[in-house]
Amino acid sequence: MITKRIIPCLDVRNGRVVKGVNFEGLLDVSSPVELGKYYSDNGADELVFYDITASNENRSLFTDVLREVASTIFIPLTVGGGINTLDDFDRVLKCGADKVSVNSGAIKNPNLIYDAAKKYGDQCVVLSVDVKRVDGVFTVFAKGGRVNTGIDALDWIKRGVDNGAGEIVLNSIDTDGVKSGFDLEMLKAVSDIVSVPVIASGGAGCIDHFTTLFKALPKVDAGLAASIFHFGEVKIKDLKEELYKNGITVRI
Amino acid sequence: MIAIVDYGVGNLFSLVSSLKLIGVDAVATGDKAVIESADKIILPGVGAFEDAAKKLNESGLKDLLIKLAKEGKPILGICLGMQLLFERSFEYGVHDGLGLIKGEIRPIKDVITPSLKIPHIGWNSLSFRTPKSQIFKYLKEGDYVYFVHSYYGANCSDSVTATCDYGGTLTAAVENGNVYGCQFHPEKSGEVGLKILRAFSEIG
Repeated sequence: MITKRIIPCLDVRNGRVVKGVNFEGLLDVSSPVELGKYYSDNGADELVFYDITASNENRSLFTDVLREVASTIFIPLTVGGGINTLDDFDRVLKCGADKVSVNSGAIKNPNLIYDAAKKYGDQCVVLSVDVKRVDGVFTVFAKGGRVNTGIDALDWIKRGVDNGAGEIVLNSIDTDGVKSGFDLEMLKAVSDIVSVPVIASGGAGCIDHFTTLFKALPKVDAGLAASIFHFGEVKIKDLKEELYKNGITVRI
Repeated sequence: MIAIVDYGVGNLFSLVSSLKLIGVDAVATGDKAVIESADKIILPGVGAFEDAAKKLNESGLKDLLIKLAKEGKPILGICLGMQLLFERSFEYGVHDGLGLIKGEIRPIKDVITPSLKIPHIGWNSLSFRTPKSQIFKYLKEGDYVYFVHSYYGANCSDSVTATCDYGGTLTAAVENGNVYGCQFHPEKSGEVGLKILRAFSEIG
């Protein structure tokens, strides 16, 4: 049986992990390589690295780090942040990324998904979407959730999949950071209209939130989170054991 | 030394790195002399069958691989590389493979529950045939490996060494003498994957 996936997300700025974390046995908590290895050794099914470096001059720091991560960690790696062109795809794939996540870049250039899927295959293209309810309508936000694009999220996601996106990361701005659980209503609306894997993001605060997610929405394939893993509030091993006890297939 | 066949298809970075990590001398190359002098060969691949088969054929690597396989050199095909070992594929037309594994490549939609997602992407558990293949000697029943594919090996029951369940039974690995194939990615399957690569490197 295929498993549900648990995916920690690491924000990297100028080659270092943002948000200082505190793990036992980890000497350098802002080293993407050490933290990535820690997660990989402790049950993460995949890793997502987001490059939030503001300037293009420092992009090479990120690719150096990515190359190092990819030569020490042998689970799937997804890279996002600053992906606007096919050259950006090429740059991170050459450094060992398996999948590339596009967000604002796809909004700026609607052909990006199609062109990338054609060149690298659907499985390589992840459409990441930041969605917020505006007058009750699921609406796409850009620039890290700051700018309302006015685009209907369900239309946008469907179009993305039609153009070749092989996976959707759905980040609910409404539940992000609130730690009161995933946005089940939004996730259901999306997983009902697409046939590719949907990854839930935004709102996880404890183990129960993952159990609820996978029980309520069997079509959701994975749960992604950042701070609860980084701050040690939830240990992936404990989380997977609890999911397993609840009859959810996980890789233990 | 293991030669990882570089014919312009797919990302070889993780494969090279994972072999390096387990202390196996490996080189990614399209050079026929180097491939011929290697102890073992890995045929990787990601993407469409037709394009990859064409590249192997045009570069002359197809004939070389068939010759070396017949001489008894261990060859491991990974993902599309495994599919290329088969006689033919039905991915967008009908295309010839290397013919080292009896059988053909068919869409997984033919055998899985219709509501399941395609591609089959993620971690799935292996179920082994007995006797267990040498390349799985360090693994235990139910170990998880990472899959990404929309087509699978069909009509190859004589060669199947492992299967997985995705709303239907899918071929996960095949073997015919010195020719081995994994549908999943050992180089993306954590410790379990490294154990497979180690076992392959120890053959012979």
